Amino acid sequence: MNGAGGRQGEELHELRLTVNGAVRTARVPARRLLSDCIRHDLRLTGTHVGCEHGVCGACTILLDGAPVRSCLLLAVSADGAAITTVEGLAEPDGRLSPVQQAFVECHGLQCGFCTSGFLTTITAGLRDIPQPDDEQAREMIGGNLCRCTGYQNILASVHRAAEIIRERAGSRPDAAAGAAVETPAGPA
Amino acid sequence: MKPRPFGYTRPESVAEALAALAAPDVEAKVLAGGQSLVPLMSIRLAWPDLLVDINRLTELSYVTVADGQVCVGAVARHAEVLASLAAAAAQPLLRKALRFVAHPAIRNRGTTVGSLVHADPAGELPAVLALLAGTVCVASATGQRSIPAEEFFRGPLESAVQPGELATEVRFPVLAGPAAGTGFAEVSRRRGDYAVCGVAVTAWLAPDGRIGGGKAAYLSVGPSPVVLDLTEAVAGGAADAVRFPAAASLARARLEPRSDLHATARYRRQLAAVLTERALAEALGDARETVAA
Amino acid sequence: MSSLFGARVQRVEDDRLVRGHGAYLDDLGPDALAAAFVRSPHAHARITGIDLGRALGAPGLAAIYTHGDLPPRLAEPLPLLIPHPALTHGRTPYPLARGEVNHVGEAVAMVVAADRYLAEDAADLIEVSYEPLPAVVGLDAARAAVHLVHADVPGNRAANAVQEHGDTAAAIAAAPHVLELDLQIERSASTPLEGRGVLARWDEQSQRLVLWTSTQTSTGVRAAVAAKLGLDLTQVDVITPDVGGGFGVKIVHPWPEEVLVPWAARLLGRPVKFTEDRSEHFVASAHERAQQHHVTVGYDDEGRILGLDVRFWHDNGAYVPYGLIVPIVTSTQLLGPYKPAAYRVEFDSLYTNTVLVTPYRGAGRPHGCFVMERTMDALAAALDLDRTVVRERNFIAPSEMPYDQGLIFQDGRPLIYDSGDYPALLAKARDLIGWDKFPPLKDAAAAEGRRIGIGLACYVEGTGVGPYEGAHVMVETSGRVKVATGLTSQGQGHQTMLAQLVADELGVPIADVEVVTGDTRRFGYAVGTFASRTAVMSGSAVTLAARKVKAKALRVAAEALEVSPADLQITRGMVHVKGDPDSGISLGTVAVLSNPLRYAFDDAAAAATQFAGGSDPSKPPVAPDDEPGVEGRAYFSPVRSTFASGIHAAIVETDPDTAEVAILRYCVVHDCGPLINPQIVEGQIHGGVAQGVGGALYERMAYDEDGQLINASFMDFLMPYVSEVPREIEIDHLETPSPLNPLGVKGAGEAGVIPGAAVLAAAIEDAEGIPIRSMPLSPSDLFELRQAREQHPRPGADARPGAAAAPFPAGSTNAG
Repeated sequence: MNGAGGRQGEELHELRLTVNGAVRTARVPARRLLSDCIRHDLRLTGTHVGCEHGVCGACTILLDGAPVRSCLLLAVSADGAAITTVEGLAEPDGRLSPVQQAFVECHGLQCGFCTSGFLTTITAGLRDIPQPDDEQAREMIGGNLCRCTGYQNILASVHRAAEIIRERAGSRPDAAAGAAVETPAGPA
Repeated sequence: MKPRPFGYTRPESVAEALAALAAPDVEAKVLAGGQSLVPLMSIRLAWPDLLVDINRLTELSYVTVADGQVCVGAVARHAEVLASLAAAAAQPLLRKALRFVAHPAIRNRGTTVGSLVHADPAGELPAVLALLAGTVCVASATGQRSIPAEEFFRGPLESAVQPGELATEVRFPVLAGPAAGTGFAEVSRRRGDYAVCGVAVTAWLAPDGRIGGGKAAYLSVGPSPVVLDLTEAVAGGAADAVRFPAAASLARARLEPRSDLHATARYRRQLAAVLTERALAEALGDARETVAA
Repeated sequence: MSSLFGARVQRVEDDRLVRGHGAYLDDLGPDALAAAFVRSPHAHARITGIDLGRALGAPGLAAIYTHGDLPPRLAEPLPLLIPHPALTHGRTPYPLARGEVNHVGEAVAMVVAADRYLAEDAADLIEVSYEPLPAVVGLDAARAAVHLVHADVPGNRAANAVQEHGDTAAAIAAAPHVLELDLQIERSASTPLEGRGVLARWDEQSQRLVLWTSTQTSTGVRAAVAAKLGLDLTQVDVITPDVGGGFGVKIVHPWPEEVLVPWAARLLGRPVKFTEDRSEHFVASAHERAQQHHVTVGYDDEGRILGLDVRFWHDNGAYVPYGLIVPIVTSTQLLGPYKPAAYRVEFDSLYTNTVLVTPYRGAGRPHGCFVMERTMDALAAALDLDRTVVRERNFIAPSEMPYDQGLIFQDGRPLIYDSGDYPALLAKARDLIGWDKFPPLKDAAAAEGRRIGIGLACYVEGTGVGPYEGAHVMVETSGRVKVATGLTSQGQGHQTMLAQLVADELGVPIADVEVVTGDTRRFGYAVGTFASRTAVMSGSAVTLAARKVKAKALRVAAEALEVSPADLQITRGMVHVKGDPDSGISLGTVAVLSNPLRYAFDDAAAAATQFAGGSDPSKPPVAPDDEPGVEGRAYFSPVRSTFASGIHAAIVETDPDTAEVAILRYCVVHDCGPLINPQIVEGQIHGGVAQGVGGALYERMAYDEDGQLINASFMDFLMPYVSEVPREIEIDHLETPSPLNPLGVKGAGEAGVIPGAAVLAAAIEDAEGIPIRSMPLSPSDLFELRQAREQHPRPGADARPGAAAAPFPAGSTNAG
């Protein structure tokens, strides 16, 4: 909703963010949550709001590369930052990112509402730990709620994504690496 | 839910922040990590007149070790404290406790100082501060003061920081001596939740290699962290013991937890006893390792 | 082309969703006004005044409505959707409270403003004065009926219902052994990640309403909204957007918001949107699961049940818009795979001043399964028999199928199991969990001071409930196949599963098939998504519709190719003579030919125009019994539900000191007949198991004595993260096809959750040697049970569970 409408007396603040590599501006009241700013002022509705108290993780975006809950940030507080949302994860040529691709292959999503938060979280997580073992994969997704999948296929997606990253980088998946890679369900 | 309207300022210096906080007839609150404050405002349980956003005060985003203290500035995120090798080496208890604080996305934004000022008795860091007898440095437009841990926690969600004041730094004493170790144990309902009960422990060895003494601080057992001196219950014992019945009994006898939706008082007392032993074992194990090294 | 039936096809839904291009309700209508509600802070109160004074000047305000503003139809209570003769005292809410509120969260006033922030600001300024009344909270209080929820409902009793086959009292009286048990389950809720939401656009010019709602039944909402707003059905379109989970809570309709929002949109001449937030969802949607049961069972020395009497009390919350479905499902599905010689079940459905209760995945089955399976384990313990042996002795044998249980099911039809092989399920379950290998494992653990236990639980699930579903399949001139069915999707992969069926029937690549669900513009007759019915109902309907399309396509092609239809087949979208794949014409061309035209809109269409040749001038271009186009419409309406079944088995470890429970292994053996897409079915099982674990060990709606929900947030209502679910869910399948539908399939959506509480209670009891009769069970609850046993060490004591398991906690609320 346009921040200028009907807001007698509420001061608006200029906001400048780099969102998925593009500079975006907005004028918002101080109380505008970053999640609402992304969704409604910037019209990037891929980030979802599940609880607005920071527990479910559906709203997770990358702020200067680190996963944070956008529902717990004021938009004004993020002024000047570089944020990445789910819409910014795909490759420049439009191909799905390794994490996105893995979710599709492993049936890592059902209703898709929590998925954006997992995708951003795992994208950052695999950057920090490129070859997670089972414990590390669990830790990586440990703060995001999903009501549909029971998490089994999301974990499989983490490992498959790590594999795809290696594949795309040109190296073969190393079967002898010792990392526990769960066998994904795979395409038909 | 959405927050009520409020005034907002984002100072570029500590002095500016203090001036904003000192404004008369204005209820001003500090916004640092916001991981506790923002949801309270969204649910309209808190509605300050003015938010003073200190996230631009990069001069307060340090984690350093100096003069026997791990010093954490007001804008340093939990994740930064966790990642600091120097802090981990100087005071291992910090990393042990921080691992239990919520989840990575919360730790990426939440600040250690902010967590202490929030003063949740179910939080990990207040217990750590109380155990280590750290201090919180507080500034206002009229001066500065240092508040020792034992005066810092006034009650549930109430710290000694006064309106108009900004907590700028917390100091955790480094681990004392080569023959000391730390332990942290917690039981929560889900991984990352607030503790149903938790214990932070420091313990040290006597010159003869037996237990010299121990100290524990408890979370979720009362309106503020509770510190118990375990020395009388453990001194002289074998440092490789696994069970410490006297320490467990001490915890049972001295603590007065309450019942709530997640646990009975009796169960909390049980946990306090069990976790005291586990954390002691961990601390003494660490102590023996550092002595051996 | 190999068949797609049974293939692990990647979901067609996913590319869009992983890119963040989903369109959930709140993503729509950026230009809409926003609605917010003033909701009751009291569990039971009279409204003595509503003062709008301070709110009327609020910035961005468009309107405020209270009950007094509502026109006659909207001023009435909302519909009682599923009436039942036993439901003698059904009460439903008003869209906005009329003089009285009966639960915290009940809507009192609606505010419409420029955005949600401003709407909440205005709502804050509305002053409602209340005269609090005594609140009835929990089943004990409801049963005692010292206070009433509704003044004209004596005993707080909405309904009392009895079903019986055989003479149970006599059977129990004559039985060599009798056991009595008290069992209870506490409230939980569906809790999808996306709450409810409604967006309405009224077009004054065409006098039409378009409504988007995050629902499980587009046609249900359409009918209800049309009725409430005094519109014809044809004036109303209901479109289901992407839905972020339902699990039952979104089958209720119309929610107050679903009628108020379109009404306001029409009055204001602007689109209006309501997006529920999480706090509201806890107190303004629906809960489920709270029931207390008393079991009396008469049995013989072999453990065969001679008479089973179950008396239970169901907490239906403040209102019963969904009728008695949950307790009826408990009553009937409690029997599971067994055939007690005599069975009597009686329930009271009782009002409390709490959120209303409507089905949540399982819908009464988890309760029934818990009761039956705990009873089986108790029998086994009493007779010192293996728990699987006792069950086997009570199983309905495969040779006895179809088996009439002598009761009426939730679809109003006889409870007759169509097929199933319970002994085979049990054999697989025993094998998968290693039932016979467990005792030495348990002893070895005990020697190390560890406590482990094993349990299992069987269930039967009536799926594919009627009355019908329908589908429309159409081939466009491009060759693309468009499919529509009226029920809805909330993440179950319907678009993929149904496309597999159509692609197979028609012989087209799945990429050429597009399925739309839940859009009344595309398909107007439907029931909805619930009771694990999509594969059976819409699966059968799309299959039948596709067969009609195929028959017509072959007929039209046969005329054009001058062969007999029997000589033709369709491969990859080409209709060709069998054995001569290069000889054919595309389905798109067939679609062109099927529609005699006057005007050619493109080159392909030119082939069908009147001078293009090939038509017989002595006959009309469209025969009297024919239609233009290649499309088919079909409905599937089964005579009865079809019965899926399964067995879960688990091994748990309990910590002797902290009473924490860890799940070491979790096994599922599952029979839903043939699997259309095994990956989707497994995903459904995984999700259901997670909810079962959540309900068994973590989730409980905690009301205090005043009817305040004290854990109305994700901080304190403990939905499982990955750390709380089993590390691996081991699955084996059995397939006993259903004779009741063309595909032979049975439903799969709820199977994962049904036995969760039962199997974990069984395993914990096995580890601890303490009877577990109340769920959920937290470590604190287990610890308190241990303490109670230490103080009263009578084995098999059937005392009611202690304070820790009461509907609300002993001691004060969080004084934190």
